[in-house]
Amino acid sequence: MEFLGLFNYWVVIFLMMVGFYALISRGNLVKKVVGLNLFQTSVIIFYVSTGKIVGGTAPILIEDDHGAAEGAAEVLYSNPLPHVLMLTAIVVGVATMAMALALVVRIKETYGTIEDDEIQEQVLADELHEGARP
Amino acid sequence: MESVVDLALLGLLAVTAFGVLHLRNLVAVVMLMGIYSFLSAALFVVLDAVDVAFTEVAVGAGVSTILALGTLALVGTRQKRHAKSPVIPLLIVLVTGGMLVYGTYDLPRWGQADNPVHGHVAPEYLEMHVPLAGEEGEVLEVHIPNIVTTVLASYRGYDTLGETTVVFAAMVGVLTLFVGRRRPRRKGGSPADDDGEDGAP
Repeated sequence: MEFLGLFNYWVVIFLMMVGFYALISRGNLVKKVVGLNLFQTSVIIFYVSTGKIVGGTAPILIEDDHGAAEGAAEVLYSNPLPHVLMLTAIVVGVATMAMALALVVRIKETYGTIEDDEIQEQVLADELHEGARP
Repeated sequence: MESVVDLALLGLLAVTAFGVLHLRNLVAVVMLMGIYSFLSAALFVVLDAVDVAFTEVAVGAGVSTILALGTLALVGTRQKRHAKSPVIPLLIVLVTGGMLVYGTYDLPRWGQADNPVHGHVAPEYLEMHVPLAGEEGEVLEVHIPNIVTTVLASYRGYDTLGETTVVFAAMVGVLTLFVGRRRPRRKGGSPADDDGEDGAP
């Protein structure tokens, strides 16, 4: 079981590196945003993994026979704190993604392409053009 | 049993991520990201994070997919075949990943109840009972049995305020980008100038 103890973390690292690779090796801007999204989800999975206790249950208090909530002394609950932090992270992630995609649309309108090498060519051509002008 | 389901879902996530990297049809990529979100939501249920799971389904699989599809409608769906050599990015990724894997050997094993992460404020959140005034017994300090809601809305309410601020800032940013824009600078290759899909949340 020693192997299983770290397997979650290794898969998280794999997902993170796939996202990172998409970000740095692909020229398409939408693909870069998707890579960033993969990266972010892997961090969320990492945090939620750390909060898990094997054999535990979701952190919603279970009522006993008298209707009183049972605390952590009687029932094993997983850690609620990483869940709370990741709820915030998911929503913020979507907000940043909306912002990034809006920028991609504006870049498409301005340059007519979303491939970074073609954008760079146009920027260089523009600079040469500006330089040639008296 | 939950370890087996956990392993299976993680394997599926890895395969989906690889598909996302490999495909060049961007509509297929966005659809795979939706599948990826649903798989991760299933994983969150197995990891006891039910609140995170349904936020991921609603926001990650729902809103993100719609935003991405709206963007694709404006920018086109084909990714150019990349001409750059993959050697340097691959090297960077392998070295970074190798260092991170090396770092995991210092982490506590997954799922143990005595991990340091479970020792700090989390037990207090689970035990926030106050004595009932004038009577026997005790009640929850915040009268909600779902601890995640309690922490989110009460003990760490300022986090949620900050989150709302970020969402507001993003909305203002998206609107600033789209309102009052000029005509495209270049002839040819310019998309129709409609304001339908502006990506605002």
